[in-house]
Amino acid sequence: MPQIDPNAIRQGDRLALSRALTAAENGTPASRDIQAALFPHTGKAHLIGITGAPGTGKSTLVNQLVKSFRKADNLPAPKVAVIAVDPTSPFTGGALLGDRIRMHDLAGDKDVFIRSMASRGALGGLAHSTAAFATILDGAGFDLVLIETVGAGQAEVDIARLAHTVIVVEAPGLGDDIQAIKAGILEIADILVVNKSDQPGAENTARALQAMLELSGSNTGSLFTAGKHRTQAQAPASLSPVNDEPAWKVPVLQVTATDGKGVLELREQIETHRKYLLESGMWQVKENQRLKQDLDSLISDLLIERWRLRQDKVAYHDALKNVIERKWTPYEAAESLL
Amino acid sequence: MTESKIRVLIAKPGLDGHDRGAKVIARALRDAGMEVIYTGLRQTPEMIAEAALQEDVNVVGLSILSGAHNVLVPAVIEKLRANGLHDVTVFVGGIIPEEDALALKAKGVHAVYGPGTNTQVVVEEIRQAVSHQTA
Repeated sequence: MPQIDPNAIRQGDRLALSRALTAAENGTPASRDIQAALFPHTGKAHLIGITGAPGTGKSTLVNQLVKSFRKADNLPAPKVAVIAVDPTSPFTGGALLGDRIRMHDLAGDKDVFIRSMASRGALGGLAHSTAAFATILDGAGFDLVLIETVGAGQAEVDIARLAHTVIVVEAPGLGDDIQAIKAGILEIADILVVNKSDQPGAENTARALQAMLELSGSNTGSLFTAGKHRTQAQAPASLSPVNDEPAWKVPVLQVTATDGKGVLELREQIETHRKYLLESGMWQVKENQRLKQDLDSLISDLLIERWRLRQDKVAYHDALKNVIERKWTPYEAAESLL
Repeated sequence: MTESKIRVLIAKPGLDGHDRGAKVIARALRDAGMEVIYTGLRQTPEMIAEAALQEDVNVVGLSILSGAHNVLVPAVIEKLRANGLHDVTVFVGGIIPEEDALALKAKGVHAVYGPGTNTQVVVEEIRQAVSHQTA
């Protein structure tokens, strides 16, 4: 494997960037050095998550959204990276990554970089190294990083911890108003999009989502504070929202991604949300939370990895045998090994 | 903690719209544990080489049924090399006359697969080729 130069990545060498992403994905030792070199330059990119059920049109929406950002009237147009995650087969370990098919309009634009990613067994809607990808692309100087999750059902909410702005994409006909008040993916939305709004029932879906937002309290973003920042009671002050935080009101937008209707409004809402985060201090709170999360998950990964290296294989198999023969509970077996 | 996987780009250059063969191969490679990026129809050589660069693939598979392989395949290879992708294995599937297949191989194509090829053969030959790559 040839050496990858972090400076080349900073200067826009796309092959070096691409190789660095592969190194991060495969967890090679070299990738730690690359990330270390890029890390001081990170923290600038706006990370935008796009999630929602399979077939709601996430990739098509990303295609339109990036096009809109790139011809943005507010020049200079931002450099945009897209990370598109698709599922890995739990049976074969293989994956078919098809998000690029919908993003054909972006080909030929040298300031757009699209990378497909297989989830490789991770269950939260992202892959294990998606956060590392975001760091590398941020360090490479991309202004916007759009992260499209696996087609997500109700519980794949990892994107809320990674992205500054989360867009949840719905489509008409996927469920009634009870689906809309269940816990999970709808709670993490900063912006709700009803895609395929040219189809019958779009109006009803938008109304059900709006009603859901109103049910959640005052209709002024209580969802945001009640859902996303539930755990802040025990967090230190630097991880808590600043006082008198002006609440964000989650907008419900109707969009038709196939012809671009409503995409400009979506882009404007994303920019408004970014301003809101910066002015309210929430940007920093989110950054701090994300870095804490990164640190915590890395600690547990490294502890497990180091434990496995030291672990006596015979003892492990004996313990497993005892569990299989119902002599020990799994808990007793784990205690005996640690 | 993690392992590397064989990444393959399956692309259809040119204007024919028959992608069943491409999908069969994509599916077979997926089932063999590879990560397959499918780009869809009507790709230019530039688009394919750019996607191969961004996705950092080990292998590019081109499916062509239009008869334009003698023009399109060398163009793709040239663009791949121009992007610095010297080690990428290129294979071609489709209706390719024998003498054309030989000429394409001379220009850097690893293998040419016609109708009726056993997908296991494709899987094995890709694994072989990738194991010899340096990058």
